Amino acid sequence: MSETDAAWIDAALTSARPQAVGALLRYFRDLDTAEEAFQNACLRALKSWPQNGPPRDAAAWLIMVGRNVAIDEVRRTRKQAPLPDDDHAISDLEDAEDATAERLDGSHYRDDILRLMFICCHPELPPTQQIALALRIVSGLSVKHIALAYLVSEAAMEQRITRAKARVADADLPFETPGAVDRSERLAAVAAMIYLIFNEGYSASGDTAEIRKPLSEEAIRLARLLLRLFPSEPEIMGLTALLLLQHARADARFDSDGCLILLEDQDRSLWNQKLIAEGLALIDKAMRHRSSGPYQVQAAVAALHARAARSEDTDWKQIDLLYGALEIMQPSPVVTLNRAVAVSKVRGAEAALAMIEPLASRLANYFHFFGVRGAFLMQLGRNEEARVAFDRAIALANTSAEAAHIRMHLDRLMRDSGPKGKKAGK
Amino acid sequence: MLYAILCYHDEDFVGSWSKEQDAAVMKKLSSVQEKLAKQGRLGPVARLLPTTAATTLRKDDPPLVLDGPYAETKEQLLGFYLVDCKNLDEALDVAKELGAANPGGAYEIRPVGTFAPGGAVT
Repeated sequence: MSETDAAWIDAALTSARPQAVGALLRYFRDLDTAEEAFQNACLRALKSWPQNGPPRDAAAWLIMVGRNVAIDEVRRTRKQAPLPDDDHAISDLEDAEDATAERLDGSHYRDDILRLMFICCHPELPPTQQIALALRIVSGLSVKHIALAYLVSEAAMEQRITRAKARVADADLPFETPGAVDRSERLAAVAAMIYLIFNEGYSASGDTAEIRKPLSEEAIRLARLLLRLFPSEPEIMGLTALLLLQHARADARFDSDGCLILLEDQDRSLWNQKLIAEGLALIDKAMRHRSSGPYQVQAAVAALHARAARSEDTDWKQIDLLYGALEIMQPSPVVTLNRAVAVSKVRGAEAALAMIEPLASRLANYFHFFGVRGAFLMQLGRNEEARVAFDRAIALANTSAEAAHIRMHLDRLMRDSGPKGKKAGK
Repeated sequence: MLYAILCYHDEDFVGSWSKEQDAAVMKKLSSVQEKLAKQGRLGPVARLLPTTAATTLRKDDPPLVLDGPYAETKEQLLGFYLVDCKNLDEALDVAKELGAANPGGAYEIRPVGTFAPGGAVT
């Protein structure tokens, strides 16, 4: 395996991409120009690196080359133009050229990458477009690759990305160096976007899990990158920890038929201990800041699961408390529903059921509500009501794995509710 | 003499390796390690978690706890080996062999002053 192997050059280009495109975007203030400049630089790298060896600082090389190629390009078109009347633009370019020796400055670098990520989070873009744009622009995944993960045609994905880009280009791109408040707002938006990307991979069903796993892995790469840029942000530590701890269970979440395996039934020896160790280390670091936030709390819940060697060792009492804290920070019926699961373990299904009854109208179309409700009813031996809830869950299932999982409960109900009917109280 | 071979690399780059690339590197490294271990020359080996998991304690008064690695550099300390070598040349040979397993990065070779596995340095 030589240093110049295509696969290694590919990895070097991928890792340099956010920094290089981010810097080129700052120079040219136009996404298409920046991307094109980066592409051109990559083409030159593919020619030059195998012969001369890769440069020590791949990103700096790509920025320099990308910028020079683009400037030459502008010059050429200018010479062909009959009357160069835009002096201003020309002097701008010369300024840029004078700075060719400019070393990468740490603060620029940080804001460049943050800006590149942030423009993908434009509030007018629906989540699916934000994700597609980020995967294309920041991660540099090919349209084909993204289309595959989304199970849509390449043409449809191309169109989706083009539309998203047009929308972003129409908006005012934020080029000034952000102040502290702006920076933290951007950070929050970018964190949410990374979480969305992760969920695209995580919420896949058994038959698509393999194909979508790269999305979760990419989200983790971006989260680590963001944390390296902002090493003292407890919520970014929390986000990264959360993703790592969730992803650590990836290999245990589906059986060989692609059916979902619930946390309590998973083979914990399949959990990735290295990812867990990293996640626990990050949550540990985050806690020291005593500045709690939703990602940290969710990561703390995931950490309690990760720390339990067996499902019966899970500290449900603590999980109940953590969800209680999350309910205050981020009130949502879904959070309450999650808390109810912990409550059912600590105080029993009766209390848990009482807790979720008030959510019925707001979660009337939510698969998990009926799945959880059915499970509580089943525990209470109210099998007929459980069956109704499970039927509704199947009707609302988003993936075949979800439906199959509920059907398994239903089958168990059928078996259990023989002539003797319900079992008392448990 | 015992030498520490400290592994520095660009974390972004290492993080962009595919699973196959990472596994291929680890396999190559382990064959070098096996050889050294058979010769009884290999001490502890560690691959560190990403620098995002690192914390730095500055020994100010009072001590200052900072998030992140000690040095903000393009290449970060990602792991280390302890190897028994006759001299620097031999240590460099080991480092070169390890280096053949993966592109880029650098090794810092530092002779060990005191080594106290599980014991106190006196």
